[in-house]
Amino acid sequence: MSDNRTVFGAKLLPYFLLFPQLAVTAIFFLWPAGQAVWQSFLRQDAFGLKTLFVGLANYRALFQDPDYLNSLQVTLVFAISVTVLSLGVALILALAVDRMIRSATVYTTLLVWPYAVAPAIAGIMWWFMFNPSIGLFPYMLAMVGYHWDHSLKAGDAMILVVIAAAWKQISYNFLFFVAGLQAIPASLREAAAIDGAGPVKRFWSITLPMLSPTTFFLMVVNVVYAMFDTFAVIHATTQGGPAQATDILVYKVYDDGFIGHNLGSSAAQSVVLMAIVIVLTVAQFRWVERRVQY
Amino acid sequence: MIKKIMVAGLLVSTSMTAANARTTITWWHAMGGNLGAKLEQIVADYNKSQDLYTVVPTYKGSYPETMTAAIAAFRANQQPDIVQVFEVGTGTMMAAKGAVYPIYQLMKDMGEPFDPKGFLPAVVGYYTDTDGNMLSMPFNSSTPIMYYNKDEFKKAGLDPNVPPKTWDDVVTDSKKLMDSGAAKCGFTSGWISWVQLENLSAWHNQPIGTKENGFGGLDARLTLNGPVQVRHWDNLAKWQKSGVFQYGGPVGGNDAPPKFYSGECAIYMNSSASLADVVANTKGKFEVGYGMLPYYSDVKGAPQNTIIGGATLWVLQGHPKEEYKGVANFLTYLSSPAVQADWHQFSGYLPITKAAYDLGIKQGYYAKNPGTDVGIKEITLNPPTPNSKGLRFGNYVQVRDIIDQEFQKLLAGSETAQQALDNVDSRGNELIGQFEAANK
Repeated sequence: MSDNRTVFGAKLLPYFLLFPQLAVTAIFFLWPAGQAVWQSFLRQDAFGLKTLFVGLANYRALFQDPDYLNSLQVTLVFAISVTVLSLGVALILALAVDRMIRSATVYTTLLVWPYAVAPAIAGIMWWFMFNPSIGLFPYMLAMVGYHWDHSLKAGDAMILVVIAAAWKQISYNFLFFVAGLQAIPASLREAAAIDGAGPVKRFWSITLPMLSPTTFFLMVVNVVYAMFDTFAVIHATTQGGPAQATDILVYKVYDDGFIGHNLGSSAAQSVVLMAIVIVLTVAQFRWVERRVQY
Repeated sequence: MIKKIMVAGLLVSTSMTAANARTTITWWHAMGGNLGAKLEQIVADYNKSQDLYTVVPTYKGSYPETMTAAIAAFRANQQPDIVQVFEVGTGTMMAAKGAVYPIYQLMKDMGEPFDPKGFLPAVVGYYTDTDGNMLSMPFNSSTPIMYYNKDEFKKAGLDPNVPPKTWDDVVTDSKKLMDSGAAKCGFTSGWISWVQLENLSAWHNQPIGTKENGFGGLDARLTLNGPVQVRHWDNLAKWQKSGVFQYGGPVGGNDAPPKFYSGECAIYMNSSASLADVVANTKGKFEVGYGMLPYYSDVKGAPQNTIIGGATLWVLQGHPKEEYKGVANFLTYLSSPAVQADWHQFSGYLPITKAAYDLGIKQGYYAKNPGTDVGIKEITLNPPTPNSKGLRFGNYVQVRDIIDQEFQKLLAGSETAQQALDNVDSRGNELIGQFEAANK
């Protein structure tokens, strides 16, 4: 192998070629991230006139704050619900499309459409459909005797944001599942069928294990999506309410920093979020990729 | 549209002919829709009226967005000359001593004639320091009033010309309205925090916090768990269960106005500045009556006077002197009787000066438009006491959120009124304590 390798003489050229990417990373990631870390050690008024170094006080306050602990719990429930719902529905749809022969492309195109909708617009749409005064769903639910009110009932609000956030992600998951299903050799399933395995048995012992790399990849992507990309959905529907029932971590960073002007606490929360992303990414590469059966 | 283009064209041509002579003054504001168009017209008139300064207004979104934008701009040395800040941001602005240029100081430094006594005390009182100096220029101030559906009152056998005066009246009238089938619910309300807690307290002469509701210093704390407030919140929760009251949502209460416009609720409490919207949305549907906020007749000293909401204009530091000369000149123009009366009558905001109010009386405006002076009568009902001058706390934007959250817990049945208001105080005071620590 090494015999065929091309060797470049210039020592600086690789750095030069890497420079644009490194510059982008430094300016748009490392610098602001460093600022956030620094800010998280400070206590400062809104205008930046008085600054005091307080060490880890912002972090200590954070983990003693019942609102923040509540937000952690809400985020956990929200992320798991969104992931399970969007993966489950996407898998069912992908399996349905996989069985079709002629109409598969049409269905695929239709199912991918929601992915093109901006999160804020998706949020507003669901907000309209579930609005207690003018929405269609509360009206229909009232006919079966359920009084829907996401402005007061914590459960209703959580269901609303989970549906709105999962709906968009279904398209993305669906595409990956369809691709994953097509990669499973038909011969395996045919062999199992000849051996007498029914469709349910074939799904559990062949399709699902063969899909596991896709599923695990999507799981991480969906958890990250639910935790970090759903700000617009929350902002457009519940604004974290009622009584902080949908106040996920990202929304709290915004609320404390940009509405409350409590920059130290907001920065400390961003740093905690950054740590969570790092952990998730490491888990994805180290743990998940190794455990998955191919 | 054509008008707008003409105005824009005019601006361009005047700025070209006098490009060197004119000083540009920037003004960030939060007035969208009809109010924004009116504001731009007022500015255009000013720019036409003289040839030294050009005021450039910029719409920056909602109140919190505008305030955050100005703060971020200040940190980056890009701040506007004037920024419009809502009343709950007052504590934050006031504490920022090196960032704001107090109005009384500005007017004195620039030699601009300025008479603080000409302003309505109930309005300016909110924005003066402990020595009585005006720190910001009131622009759009409002106060909550009661709107009611006269047609439904008639249908229920009530006198449509007698609005309910006390909370007992509200309940008996609501029950009649509901029993007769005239309306599905008695009343709804916008701004729970502002109307059903802060104004409730002032209206019954109950303290909102210590140290004259925070006017006396940063170490003041909330005391909203008093007997009157607890009794009222307890009632609201009961009334919500029996259908007398319907909740309109947190913050401004977006779901409240449609409940009133559609006739679902017969009574509606909200800002006097909602008047234009109420008139526009009920035209041809039903006749609207106006009344003062209800009170508990057995509470001593009620009704006292209501407090205001809305926004004022703050001047920011860090600009050259000739710009401040223009700012002072422009603020004088904004508070002149003709401009004020026009803005007040268009928007439903309170007139900020006595002269503007008198001008409205002289024009016969209040006689022709009943209901438009209810707010003025409320804020001037009695000379303000330490409990009814207003309120001033840091981090108050977030305290308002806490009030909404605890109210939602109360309505959902997970807390009693006493618990909810105790939590408002303890959680709110924690934030106020943080603000005190950061601004010492």
